[in-house]
Amino acid sequence: MDLIDIAKVQPLIERFTGKDVYIHLETTNGAYASHFNEKTFSAGAYIRNGKIRYTRGKITGEGPYRVGLKMDLGWIYAEGITHWELDARNRLLMAGHDREGKLAVALQISETPFE
Amino acid sequence: MEKHVLIIFPHPDDEAFGVSGSIAQFTGSGTPVTYMCLTLGEMGRNMGNPPFATRESLPEVRKQELLKAADVLGIKDLRMMGLRDKTIEFEDPEKLVGIFIDAINELDPSLIITFYPGYSVHPDHDACGAAVIEAVRRLPESKRPKVECVAFSHNCEEELGKPDVIRDVSKFMNKKLDTLDAHKSQTAGLMAGMKKRLQANEEELMNWIQFERFWTYPFENNDEKTGS
Repeated sequence: MDLIDIAKVQPLIERFTGKDVYIHLETTNGAYASHFNEKTFSAGAYIRNGKIRYTRGKITGEGPYRVGLKMDLGWIYAEGITHWELDARNRLLMAGHDREGKLAVALQISETPFE
Repeated sequence: MEKHVLIIFPHPDDEAFGVSGSIAQFTGSGTPVTYMCLTLGEMGRNMGNPPFATRESLPEVRKQELLKAADVLGIKDLRMMGLRDKTIEFEDPEKLVGIFIDAINELDPSLIITFYPGYSVHPDHDACGAAVIEAVRRLPESKRPKVECVAFSHNCEEELGKPDVIRDVSKFMNKKLDTLDAHKSQTAGLMAGMKKRLQANEEELMNWIQFERFWTYPFENNDEKTGS
């Protein structure tokens, strides 16, 4: 994956505008978070292959970045995005990795379902 | 000597931490080992630093690491079960129990190693262990293999007592380190810190590597409890 360059990622987000797309969105602090530190409040959320359509999409911030997708009746957003990749199947993979490289958040957009 | 050992864990690398020395000891003495690994650790958070894997490429990375670990340990029968990381507790428990009963009937193991339900921290670990226990519980008492459980929650010794099986695997220390090393995407950071500690011959770490601890599951005390 590459570090976010808004000039490269913004047009890729726009490429999917107005299409039926599949979304992978997750955030987590890991299953061991409260095992290693009892003060941690463990929380996470995960949706894979949510089928949506967005009318506008934007990446913003000074890094880590925020990505918001506006739908007819609502919103999707992710905060903490640091890396991106357009994979061989033209899926836009965006991820936020913490200082140790651990995945903290992922937002991925694809025209075909994720396996 | 065991006739056949069946290891059941949910994630590639679960076998590496507290069990790889035992596995090396079994295969080294000619006991066949089957490892059923339920998922490919698709939701792992370690992606390298800087990251070399993506959410979508991680399963293939971890699959290759698992194959390598099985090779290091001399496991000839590795079964990747195709479930998804972090979803085990949401699966139909009967589906899991059925899979395990089928495997037990097929392999007739003398020993099963899995996680101690309720004492293994990760929800996948607990759900995996609970389904294995339930599968064995349904066998007639005379046909039940021994079940050794791994537990590492903070309260495990307080509630379960001391582990009753302690295996000295010091002879297989290098295989254990090689197994941990095989799971690079998950263990690279850990291994870097560990090598320094090994050089210092740190007692706690050496103890962790050389002795593996298990709790034999006490079916006779729990026959009614685990049914729920």
